[in-house]
Amino acid sequence: MVNPDTLLTIPKKPDIEHANPLSRTMLAKLDYDQLTNCMRCGFCLPACPTFRETGLEPESPRGRIALMKAVVDGVMDPDQAFEDQMNHCLGCRACEPACPADVKYGQLIEQTRDAIEDHAEHSAPVKGLRKLFFKGVFPHRGSLKWMGRSLALYQKSGLRRVARGTGLMKLFPEHLREMESILPDATGKGVVERIGTVYPAKGEKIARVALFRGCIMDVMFADTNVNTVKLLSEAGFEVVIPNDQVCCGALHAHSGEMDQARGLARTNLKVFKEAGVEHIVSNAGGCGALLVEYDHLLHEDPEHAELAVWFAESVIDVSRLLVERGRLPEFADADVHSGQSVKITYQDSCHLRNVMKSSDAPRRLMKQVANVSFVEMKEADRCCGSAGIYNVTQPEMAGQILEHKMAHANETEARYLLTSNPGCLLQMKLGVEKHGVSDRMEVKHVVDFLYERIAGRTDDK
Amino acid sequence: MLDANLTKQLRQIVGEKHYRDDQEALVSHSYDGTPMLQSLPDGVIYPENTDQVSQIMKALAAYKVPVVSRGSGSNLCGGTVPVQGGVVMVMHRMNKIIEVDMENLTATVQTGKITAEFTAHIESLGLFYPPDPSSMKISTIGGNIAECSGGLRGLKYGTTKDYVIGLEAVLASGEIIRTGGKLMKDVAGYDLTKLLVGSEGTLAIITEATLKLVPPPAFKKTMLAMFKDLYGAARTVSRIIEMKIIPATLEFMDNPTIRVVDDFAKLGLPLDMEAILLIEQDGDPEAVERDIAKIREICELEKADRVEVAETREHAEKLLTARRSAFTALARLRPTTILEDATVPRSRIADMVLRINEIALKYKVSIATFGHAGDGNLHPTATTDARDKEEVHRVEQAFEEIFEAAIELGGTITGEHGVGLVKAPFLEWKVGRAGMDVMRGIKLAFDPHNLLNPGKMFAKETRKRVVIERG
Repeated sequence: MVNPDTLLTIPKKPDIEHANPLSRTMLAKLDYDQLTNCMRCGFCLPACPTFRETGLEPESPRGRIALMKAVVDGVMDPDQAFEDQMNHCLGCRACEPACPADVKYGQLIEQTRDAIEDHAEHSAPVKGLRKLFFKGVFPHRGSLKWMGRSLALYQKSGLRRVARGTGLMKLFPEHLREMESILPDATGKGVVERIGTVYPAKGEKIARVALFRGCIMDVMFADTNVNTVKLLSEAGFEVVIPNDQVCCGALHAHSGEMDQARGLARTNLKVFKEAGVEHIVSNAGGCGALLVEYDHLLHEDPEHAELAVWFAESVIDVSRLLVERGRLPEFADADVHSGQSVKITYQDSCHLRNVMKSSDAPRRLMKQVANVSFVEMKEADRCCGSAGIYNVTQPEMAGQILEHKMAHANETEARYLLTSNPGCLLQMKLGVEKHGVSDRMEVKHVVDFLYERIAGRTDDK
Repeated sequence: MLDANLTKQLRQIVGEKHYRDDQEALVSHSYDGTPMLQSLPDGVIYPENTDQVSQIMKALAAYKVPVVSRGSGSNLCGGTVPVQGGVVMVMHRMNKIIEVDMENLTATVQTGKITAEFTAHIESLGLFYPPDPSSMKISTIGGNIAECSGGLRGLKYGTTKDYVIGLEAVLASGEIIRTGGKLMKDVAGYDLTKLLVGSEGTLAIITEATLKLVPPPAFKKTMLAMFKDLYGAARTVSRIIEMKIIPATLEFMDNPTIRVVDDFAKLGLPLDMEAILLIEQDGDPEAVERDIAKIREICELEKADRVEVAETREHAEKLLTARRSAFTALARLRPTTILEDATVPRSRIADMVLRINEIALKYKVSIATFGHAGDGNLHPTATTDARDKEEVHRVEQAFEEIFEAAIELGGTITGEHGVGLVKAPFLEWKVGRAGMDVMRGIKLAFDPHNLLNPGKMFAKETRKRVVIERG
C-alpha cells in the first residue's frame, strides 16, 4: 500500500541546527521514525506504573515521548527536569504491548539515556562508582567472583553483625539499609564451580542447550542457577554453561552506557555460537530481555548483525522451554496441611512478560504442581518497582509502587510468592519484610519452587 | 505568559503542586490523540473539587484567560489542544464515584473518573453502563460526556447521551449549575443536560454526572459473516433491522481492512471478501438463539460466502479478534494514522464505502474503512506520514470529499468523535448557516467572553483545515 517514491521524499529527521549540545546528540541518536510513530492515542497511559501512581501526563510513555520529540524538534531545550523525568521511567515496557502502533518505547528511552549520559557531568564519587561497576565489576567474571566472596565474607564473618550492631549501617540511606538486610547469602562459587560446564540430560536427550548464568544470579542466586540446570536435565535437556560468557549488558544499556553493552554482546555472541546449542536459556527476565534484543543492539554493526539475529532467536525463557519442549517430571508439594492445598501466586517479571512474551508458561508450570492451588494476584502484570537499579536510584516512587503491590499480594493469602527475575525476587522479599508478613509468605524463584517439588527426586544438592 | 497575580491566585486555590507552568507541564499538555496538532498552553491546573473549579473560573474570567478542560486527552478531533494558549484544566484528581443508588439504578460520579474503572465497579455490583468507546481504558467519564462518545454498543444501547440524566457544571463566570437529576422524566425548562453532553468543553466545565444504569444482559452470542458482494453485506444490515432485530453489535470491515488485519493477526481470513460483518446479540438465552438463527438465515439469503456462529467463548473471542485488531493493524502500517467517523443512514452504508474507495483512488491515498454498520457510523482510516506534507495534503483533500459525500447521502461529518478543531471548518455543511447562528447564540449565552475552549466547534472560516505548528 505504500508508494516507495513518496517515501524517498520524506525527510527522516528534522533539518535543525541545535545550539544545545544534548539536543544535538538526541537528534543524532534517537530513532525519529519511532518518535513519529507515536500517534498519542494515550492507550499506554493505564499500563504505565508511574502514570498510575502520579496521574501526571509527563510521567507517562506518551508524555515522555512528547518531551523527547519536543527536544529533537527544537520546541524545548532539555533541562534538569527533562533528565529527571527520563530517569523516572521504570523501563518496565508495559507500554509496548498496550501500543497499537508498536512504538519501540524501550529503544527510545535507552537512546535518550545514552544521549544524556554522553553529556552527564557526574560528581567524582558517582563517576568513580559508575566506572567501578560498569567497567570494573560487571564485565569481568573475576571481579564478580571477588565481589561475591567479599560479600559472603561480610555476611558470614560477623562483619555484618558488627555493621548492624554498631550503627554503621545507619550511615546509609534508609532504602539502602533495607536492601542490605534482605540480600541473600552471596557466594564466590557460581554454577560452573559447583557442577562444571556440561550437565547431561536425564533419559533420552531432547536437545543441547546453554545456560545464560547472569552476574547477579550467579553471585546471589547460584543455587537457582544450579537448580535451573538440574531441572532442565530432569526434563531431558543436556545443559552447557560456557564459562567465558559475560554480563548481558542490560544494566549498562538501561543506564546509557550503550557502547559497553555492545562490547559485552559481541563477546557473548562468540562464546555461545561456539557452544553449539539449539537454545540459550535465561532464568532472569531482566537479562533475557536484552539478550533477545541483541539483534537490535547490534543492527548497525554489519560484522555481527547476522550472528546477533541467530543469538536473539535462540534465546528462550526457561519456563517456555520446559513447557514447549520439555519432558516434564511430576511436581508435588509434600507440605499438605490437613488436606488443604498450598496457595501460591506469581509476580510477573516485566521484561519476561513484555519483552520475552513469556507470561503463560510460568503459570502453566506452577499449575502442574500437585497439592498446590494457584491464585492469580491482582495486577500481577504490573511492575513491582525493582526495575534493575531503580529501587536504589528512585526509592520514593519504588516504595510507593511496592506498597500497592504488597496490598495485592496479601489479598491472595498465598504461602509462596513466586517470581522469575532476581531483581523482582529481592524487591518482593523487601516487600514481605517491610509489610510484616514474612512469617506467612515466602518469596521464591519459580525454578527453585519447581525443582524442590520434583516427585521422587533423589539427586539432592 | 500569564499575569503573575493570576498565577499566584491559581496556586493559592489549588496548592503549589497543582498549578504548573514549567516546560515539562506545558509541552506534555500541548497535544491530544489527534495527529499533527500541537500548541503550548500557558499553564496546567489540577483541581480537586467543584469549589476549586469555580474559584479558578472566577480568577480566569477576571483576567479573560481561556481554559481547556480535559480528561486524558485521547480525543480524535483536536478537542483539547490549547490553540489559543491559556490554562489546561486536567480533571484526573476529581475521580470519585460519589454514589451508586441501587434503588434508582443511578451512579453519581466525578468527571475525572476513568471510564473502564467506572464500568468495572458498576459491573462488580451486577449492573451495566453500556457506552464503550474504544478508548475507555484511558478516557474519562467527563471526556466521554464532553464528546458524547459512542462505541460498539451504540445500535442497541445508544451512546453516552442516553445515559446522562443529571450534571453539575461550572460556568465561565464561576457559577455552579445543576441540571436534571435522578429522574427518568424531567421537562422543567430547556434540557440543559443534553445540551451540555457533546458540548466539547465550550459551554461549561462539567464536574459531576448522574448516570443511568441498566441490568446486564444474561447471555451473549457472537457470529461472523463474510461477503463477496459489498451490497449483499449492506442489505444484510438493513434486513436484520427490518426484521425488527436489534443486535448488540453489528460491525463492518471492508476489503482493505480485511487484508491488513489478516496480515497482522494471521487469522487466515479469505482475502477475496469485500466485507465482513461481526454480529453479536445479547439478552435472554432463548431470544438470543432465535435472533442469531434468523440473522444466519438472512446472511445466507443475501449470499454470504461464509457464516460462522461461535459455540464457545473462546471461539467468540477468536471471531472478535478480527474486528478488535482493525485499528492496531492499520496503525502499524505507516507512522501517521488519521481516523475519521463520517456517518450515514445505515441503508446507505454500501454507497458510502464505495464512495470512500473512489475518493481514495482519486487522491492516491490509502484509506481502509471499518466501523459500526448497525448505526451507519464508519471509520475511514487513512495511513500516511506526517512528514510528507504533499501526501498529507492529499489525505486532507480526500477527507474533505468524504465529508461532502456523507452529507450528500443524508449523513453527518462526525458520528462520535466530535467537531473540535479538525471538523470545525465543515460544521456549517451539516447544520447550515441558521444552525450555526443558533449555536453561536447558545455559546454566547453560556460564555460571553469566549473563554471556554476557544477555537473549537466554530471555525473562523468554513471549509479550510487548520494545521498548527509541527505535530
